Amino acid sequence: MKRLSRYRRHKFAAPALIVAALISIGTTFSIASALPSQQRMESTAQTTQIAEGKQIFARGCSSCHGLNAEGGSIAPSLIGVGAASVDFQVGTGRMPMADMSQQAMAKKPIYNEEETAALAAYVASLAPGPAAVTNDQLTWERDGNTAQGGELFRTNCAMCHNFAAQGGALTNGKYAPSLMGTEANKIYEAMITGPQSMPVFSDKTITPEEKLSIIKWIKAAQKEPGLGGASLGRVGPVTEGLLGWTLGLGLLIGVAVWLASKAR
Amino acid sequence: MTNKERIAGNVAGYVDDRTGAAKWLKKNLTKVFPDHWSFMLGEIALYSFIILLLSGTFLTFWFDPSQRDVIYNGSYAPLSHVQMSAAYASTLHISFDVRGGLLMRQIHHWAALIFMTAIVVHLLRVFFTGAFRKPREFNWLIGVGLLTLGIVEGFLGYSLPDDLLSGTGIRIAEAIIQAIPVVGSYLSFFAFGGPFPGHVFIPRIYMVHILLLPGIFLALITIHLMLVWYQKHTQYPGPGRTEKNVVGYPLMPVYMAKAGGFFFIVFGVTAFLGGVASINPIWLYGPYTPGQISAGSQPDWYMGWLDGLVRMSPPIETHAFGHTISWNILIPGLIIPGILFTGMALYPFIESWITGDKREHHLLDRPRNVPNRTALGIMSLTFMLISLINGGNDIIATHFHLTINGIMWFTRIGLFTIPPIAFVITKRICLSLQRADRDLVLHGRETGRLVMTPAGEFIEVHEPISAAKAWTLTQHLQDPALAIENVDEHGVRNPAGIKGRIRARWSVANAEQIPAATVTERKELEDGHH
Repeated sequence: MKRLSRYRRHKFAAPALIVAALISIGTTFSIASALPSQQRMESTAQTTQIAEGKQIFARGCSSCHGLNAEGGSIAPSLIGVGAASVDFQVGTGRMPMADMSQQAMAKKPIYNEEETAALAAYVASLAPGPAAVTNDQLTWERDGNTAQGGELFRTNCAMCHNFAAQGGALTNGKYAPSLMGTEANKIYEAMITGPQSMPVFSDKTITPEEKLSIIKWIKAAQKEPGLGGASLGRVGPVTEGLLGWTLGLGLLIGVAVWLASKAR
Repeated sequence: MTNKERIAGNVAGYVDDRTGAAKWLKKNLTKVFPDHWSFMLGEIALYSFIILLLSGTFLTFWFDPSQRDVIYNGSYAPLSHVQMSAAYASTLHISFDVRGGLLMRQIHHWAALIFMTAIVVHLLRVFFTGAFRKPREFNWLIGVGLLTLGIVEGFLGYSLPDDLLSGTGIRIAEAIIQAIPVVGSYLSFFAFGGPFPGHVFIPRIYMVHILLLPGIFLALITIHLMLVWYQKHTQYPGPGRTEKNVVGYPLMPVYMAKAGGFFFIVFGVTAFLGGVASINPIWLYGPYTPGQISAGSQPDWYMGWLDGLVRMSPPIETHAFGHTISWNILIPGLIIPGILFTGMALYPFIESWITGDKREHHLLDRPRNVPNRTALGIMSLTFMLISLINGGNDIIATHFHLTINGIMWFTRIGLFTIPPIAFVITKRICLSLQRADRDLVLHGRETGRLVMTPAGEFIEVHEPISAAKAWTLTQHLQDPALAIENVDEHGVRNPAGIKGRIRARWSVANAEQIPAATVTERKELEDGHH
């Protein structure tokens, strides 16, 4: 050690060290990059996917969102929204919009899964943003807690989506959609991207585990059996009152008319 | 006399010797009631009330009216280990862990809805046929009282389970209490035993719901029915029916059988609804926490109009002397309902003041023959309906793809414009129907048979209607307007002031009628070529 430290202040010490460092980094890099050739193929595939996505984008989205997704007067910029946003908006058929109404409606998706993934990859390549989530990545069945999810749902979601996730009205014709039939990954993506009028629920507000609980509760709500009989839409007392007036009172008045028409 | 008859006679004699019931029963069991389906609407309300008493008693066996915190441990998994009030937990227990509990809860709630609908349609029948006129004004007042108490009772009932929806309702009630100027906040503190939600409200309203109000109901219903008994039931006009008789069937056996059967039918329909249609699924709402709210929170329908009024009210507040007066809640939540219900209660007296009619009436009006009253009723109904529509504006918006703001503005403007239009249209329809009646009496029924005269003219053969029908269409009184001059002989304007002028104006409007066909008119036409 002493011998080595003697050359520490030698005038060639610094250049020699730099050369040695460069060589070692270079070697490590070349070995590392040479080893998994699969990864390199993947990155090539990704580049093709991005290119593909760019093409689809130019054809289907750019008229509103701009040629480089920079946004325009009628549509927001997509730089930084991430793949999750694209997967949600395009994957649920909301984008491309059918018309310029208050809010993009969910409909049959226009692009298939592959095209959606390409679009997502392209948008994700513009700037980092939340990544798309697949159903397999979400372990809500194992890690979620239905009761806790219900509490969270009632605190954060029910005010717009209704107590049984049936959806509700917002101002000026906007609405929170019903969550019946919504897939787990779409629920997750909606929470992290905040589509339309929905706020973003960051991982600080609602942790990923809590998000899984919410998903588990929604999934339970989707399968909620009609414990009391016909559900009447689960929208509260309006439909109950309607049924009371029509079927309930209707039947009774019908019987009253019948009874009164029986002479004795 | 068979053996059985002798035994029955002995038993009856034994009872009669000790109670003297035979004389009373003999008189009252043969009491005659007129027969019409619309006279059975009040019965629906009465029977629903009995069903409410029975099913409600069942529910009290398990309901725990307490706001103490418990951790739920029952059968409904999506709420397991959730913190909630004992009231909510016991309602879940009734729903899922008591045999027949959910059915009973649903029967209780459906019976409450049918109770209120029946009261309202019964009230409409009484109003539109003029059954509230002398001597039945007290019974009208009792009816208005029952309706008002029914609304309160229903509201307290669905507030008891302490679920998210009911807590939201109580929160709105608290806001309405607080909107009362000066004393509002004190009253709120008094009702809740401190700041909202506190821990005393559910136990308090429980006592009111199961003891105080049902007791008042029983007393009022008893007086209501005793008055019907004493004053005798009104009847629709027709041949042989006068102000001094009642044409119908005796209580025993006809109405005993009909009413008894109808009770079971009402029970059956209520049980059917309770069995097949979910109502107030409290397990879906979750326990009440002031920090939570659901989209589309609605009251039950009989409160819906009130909620609709509050929803459409513009945000007006005034601040003075360190106090805030929330007109936006005070006006729709207290002032308008106050005016509506006071007006409804006083209507019989107002009408008799306008018409100057102090006679007794036991024959009902056909609504068309009193155009002003009918139009006023339809106008009030329209007002309520528009308010009710706004009470469900969010549900209407989502289900019919409308904008909630659009619905709100429609009802805001419609609340003031549509009822007067409804008044005018109804009055015109009534007068047209009177014309049609007159036509029918004078020219007979159109037979649809066309005859060609030798001259080549086509005429439709009219057939005279029966004398009975003609009587029914022409028997009604058509009083002239009160002779109140707006200017007396000295040229002084109506000395009774504004009140007198209103009375004169209304009296004239009320007397607007198409003259009913008279016998002479009919004769003249018959003697002619018709």
